[in-house]
Amino acid sequence: MVQVHGVHKSFGTHEVLHGVDLSIPAGSVTAILGPSGSGKSTLLRVINHLEKVDRGHVSVDGELIGYRRAGDRLHELSERQVLRQRVHLGFVFQNFNLFPHLTALENVAEAPISAQRRPRDEVYEQARRLLDRVGLAEKADAYPRQLSGGQQQRVAIARALALEPKVLLFDEPTSALDPELVGEVLDVVRELARTGTTMIIVTHEVGFAREIADTVVFLDAGRVVEQGPPAQVLDAPRHERTRNFLSRVLH
Amino acid sequence: MSLLSSPSRESAGPPQDEAAGAGQPALTVVPARHPWRWVATAAAAVLAAQFAHGLATNPGWDWPTFAGYFFEKSVMQALLVTLQLTFAGAALGFLGGIVLAAMRLSKNPVLQAFSWTFVWVFRSVPLIVQLLFWANLGYLYDRLQFGVPFGPGFVEVETVHLISSMGAALLGLALHESAYAAEIVRAGIISVDQGQLEAAAALGIPRGRQFRRLLLPQAMRAILPSAANELVNLLKSTSVVYVLAIGELFYQVQVVYGRNGRVVALLMVATVWYVILTALLSVLQYYVERHFARGALRVLPPTPLQRLRAAVGGVRLDSGASR
Repeated sequence: MVQVHGVHKSFGTHEVLHGVDLSIPAGSVTAILGPSGSGKSTLLRVINHLEKVDRGHVSVDGELIGYRRAGDRLHELSERQVLRQRVHLGFVFQNFNLFPHLTALENVAEAPISAQRRPRDEVYEQARRLLDRVGLAEKADAYPRQLSGGQQQRVAIARALALEPKVLLFDEPTSALDPELVGEVLDVVRELARTGTTMIIVTHEVGFAREIADTVVFLDAGRVVEQGPPAQVLDAPRHERTRNFLSRVLH
Repeated sequence: MSLLSSPSRESAGPPQDEAAGAGQPALTVVPARHPWRWVATAAAAVLAAQFAHGLATNPGWDWPTFAGYFFEKSVMQALLVTLQLTFAGAALGFLGGIVLAAMRLSKNPVLQAFSWTFVWVFRSVPLIVQLLFWANLGYLYDRLQFGVPFGPGFVEVETVHLISSMGAALLGLALHESAYAAEIVRAGIISVDQGQLEAAAALGIPRGRQFRRLLLPQAMRAILPSAANELVNLLKSTSVVYVLAIGELFYQVQVVYGRNGRVVALLMVATVWYVILTALLSVLQYYVERHFARGALRVLPPTPLQRLRAAVGGVRLDSGASR
């Protein structure tokens, strides 16, 4: 499970996260909603230590991310150790960030070979299976620029899955896509949710969040305003700010 | 057939009288005329013919002497020295350049400042001045000692033995080159999208692998044209080391024309060799650039050989040629 404890984060003088606490059980799907600038993407990036926190800490299955605890001190881990921890945290970017000079298959196989040092043949076989799972078996040898946005994002999801992570983090996975391509990516995410993958999804798709999330977290101005099952947060929000946000995005 | 269908689409398919039958007269497209293109072409052709005529008929070029020395043994040896200086200078220069670029892009302010200062100094000093400095290092330090800095030394050598004139030339070229190469490599690295490194970091890919497998191949797209430029530049800069009396191409032809007085013919020997080497480097550049274009272009451009084959065979190239 993923635990976020009292996380504060500033960029310069601007504080983006004001003490965020979250507890995400294994096998659950959590959707993080909130207006732009509310700190949702920063929170996601803090979880896999792409951003360092100023205060607080994050742990996955009891293991601190980015730090080692000795008594009541947290010692920063070396870059090599952080990289090793990230293998357990899959990350899917808004802009896909596929490696453009590698084929779809090579993109998926890169991290298992270099970060996990698994045998090449086995990795390539797994990569083909994963591409098949996201419906792109026939695109294995295509370069990212030869694929549509939706296809690229599906390759990026396969790439994150190849490490067999404990948690998958999605940073607005459909925001950079043309409307007619959103569905194919959501289908893949839906299928992952059905098979019990632990996922944290920052999204603008309220309808989608309602459909697949076990928990919806509403974030505003760097604080968790409310959280709970979609039926509660989305259909009967208790806070004014949640109601305002939902009325703006739904109509 | 619909009356609304566009005439241009019709003209591609069915015969024209059918379009006319639909109430539209058949229209013929007349390409625009470009009379000034013909004038410019004629002027360029006349100039080229004059130049070629001059080359062929002016006895001053002294082609027999040129032919006699073009493959002469001492010239061949000198050519080899030029190639050695070029490739050793480029290899050492780019190795140094990669290190300097990495220092400049590191988070350590001391390393940044070191790299910046190095580039500043070695770009400021003319190559010829630098070469003379290295050749005369013995005036500054007559012996060099290796050991603990400011402490006891273990090995001591006389400077004159350590730095031969060839060594001075290579050192000068490598330092000069590395300053320029550092900027070329840095330009390539900062041209790669930040998201690439973020994705690599998120996947836990080790640092060295990130650089070799993900960053460098993408940076190469931006590095190659400037690097090839720099290599050609270096090839010609090797002629400057004649001041150290090293028998490279330019020095050697000077020696020969100093003896026989055929200045123009021997300068042409050197010139034509430089041109040939540059041409070879340009071909090499084309293929290396093509290799690193994988993924950056949807369709790779055809190689000159493929282009030739297509032209000869009369086979039209598909989309590849136009992209």
